[in-house]
Amino acid sequence: MGSREEILERIRRNTQSVYEYPDLSVLKKSAVAYGDREKAFIKALEGAGGETVIAEDPSCIDSIIRKEYPEARSIVSPVELLECRTASPDDFGSPEDLDGTDVAVVRGDFGVAENGAVWITDFGRHRALLFIAEALVIILSRNSIVDNMHQAYAHDSMRHQRSFGTFISGPSKTADIEQALVFGAHGARKVTVILI
Amino acid sequence: MSTRHSLAAAGFLKDREKAGWHDKTLWMVREKRDRMSRELPEWEQLRDAACALKMYSNSHLAELLEQFEENASRNGAIVHWASDAREYRETVLNILQDHGARLFIKSKSMLAEECELTPYLEENGIETVESDLGERIVQLMHVKPSHIVLPAVHIRREEIGKLFEKEMGTEPGNSDPTYLTHAARKNLRQIFKKADAAMTGGNFAVASTGEVVVCTNEGNADIGTSLHKLQIAAFGLEKIVPDPDSLGVFTRLLARSGTGQPVTTYTTHYSRPQEGGEFHIIIVDNGRSRILAEKGHSKTLNCLRCGACMNTCPVYRRSGGYSYTYFIPGPIGINLSMLKNPEKYHDNVSACSLCMSCSNVCPAKVDLGEQIYLWRQSLDGLGKADRMKKFISDTMEIVMEHPAVFNTALKIAPVVNSLPRPIVYCRMDTWGAGRELPEFARESFNRMWKSGKVKGGTGDGNGHEGHLAGE
Repeated sequence: MGSREEILERIRRNTQSVYEYPDLSVLKKSAVAYGDREKAFIKALEGAGGETVIAEDPSCIDSIIRKEYPEARSIVSPVELLECRTASPDDFGSPEDLDGTDVAVVRGDFGVAENGAVWITDFGRHRALLFIAEALVIILSRNSIVDNMHQAYAHDSMRHQRSFGTFISGPSKTADIEQALVFGAHGARKVTVILI
Repeated sequence: MSTRHSLAAAGFLKDREKAGWHDKTLWMVREKRDRMSRELPEWEQLRDAACALKMYSNSHLAELLEQFEENASRNGAIVHWASDAREYRETVLNILQDHGARLFIKSKSMLAEECELTPYLEENGIETVESDLGERIVQLMHVKPSHIVLPAVHIRREEIGKLFEKEMGTEPGNSDPTYLTHAARKNLRQIFKKADAAMTGGNFAVASTGEVVVCTNEGNADIGTSLHKLQIAAFGLEKIVPDPDSLGVFTRLLARSGTGQPVTTYTTHYSRPQEGGEFHIIIVDNGRSRILAEKGHSKTLNCLRCGACMNTCPVYRRSGGYSYTYFIPGPIGINLSMLKNPEKYHDNVSACSLCMSCSNVCPAKVDLGEQIYLWRQSLDGLGKADRMKKFISDTMEIVMEHPAVFNTALKIAPVVNSLPRPIVYCRMDTWGAGRELPEFARESFNRMWKSGKVKGGTGDGNGHEGHLAGE
């Protein structure tokens, strides 16, 4: 514990002026908001390289996944009602075994219109499912889209206890070679959000 | 008259084609940032809020760090404190050795660069693999990152093609970025699976929840940490933020400023260890607490490490990251290097035109240019002022303080206009290397004013005063 005390002591000794927590209410009120959040979300996700499909009815989800990913042989999902799923994450003893998954299907808690991100805490037994599959399908309610990140971090579902959570905005990407944009750096090559 | 930066920059500029490409590539990123910022009418308010939040957290570090430790421990993480680079390196090594780890996969962390973690682990028999594509490229090339967010921004695709041909067995002559990226994906996927432990840095550490937040585009941090039971996250103590509310501000600014995206692809909150695993968090000081006491410079602790100041800097773009003598280049690197060791790193303060563009793009309003100016004032005190410049400014002082000398100099100046070039641009005139002297006016403003040739008014509106705002 020596270093801990030393560091805290140095901080206390060296801190000069003390500043108060700023009032963020004006910023939050004037932050970007959209008349049609769904439309803004779709546009932002497209900008991030993802795509959106609207399901008129929850029963269409299976056919949408089959149509979007006709070649998929392994579809892994914690969503039990999904007919097209070939396995549940619980069937895999270790997360490495999920390598080779064609499509992962998960539920999103809520979406963010300003950047196309979706907050996800649903991944079954292995959080690796969200990153290791070749493609990721996120099922999201059209009513659960907020305007911006201020609202996102104030969202009810952010208050839940969690072991892990992530905002995902479109497919994995990189521009590390000459700033040329390439999808599928390490995570999903393709991301589809199904709005219901 | 030359600093180590200017000598290295001269070397960088010899390959004019590549230097021009480097400049253009970074300017493109800066333009993307501009488009993002203009989409948000509240942009300046956001920057103000980010700055105010950092001023709050950096002046309440002790209590916020204690709060973080308490909450992280409650989540089941094991919190370590490291006073300096050595303690940080040893902490990581001890954790790995305790678990018998041999292969270690890490995501990009400037803190690891700062503390030279990888060479240390390698010396101690732990194979350490970088998983960010740009970091992996520079690691395989045995060079350092030249930019904090775009580590391989100085490397051409053909060079990467050749490297991957040797290291990953890609097709000879194929330097297509998509092909190469996917080859690296395949190659690293196997290493991800084989590794014994994974490590990340941290973009934010949230005091009220005890979470570490990591932002990436590739998802490399996420894959690495999701596949292994042993996870380490280390961050500099100024990365602490009070609460999720403040993340609302920072996540809106970080990627927009750094790479010109509305948000990074992944913004991941790590709270608890994996089932049956361990999550170690290392809080690192390594000189940061000392910066708190540096009058005029403590705002460097606001830095989010987004890289915007590099992308915009006319000197960085035209001299490349390796021209600086500190591992972080560009405006923030100049300032951090002077805080680290002014005796050693003073060469970098000349790498600035004082255009202040960095101060204007910084999402957390670090007054980068202003601080560089302050450092320059201290050079003489350090005995590091340039002798030629000192001579010139002493001479200028005499001229400015003696109106007769000043007026005579003005009267004689137009003679220079008709002198032969070899005399005006002789070797002693280092200013004239690469620059053209403006023509001296035949008549001074003073004389024009006195003879009534200057008409009063509000100026001609041609905007001649605006030249410096160009960059």
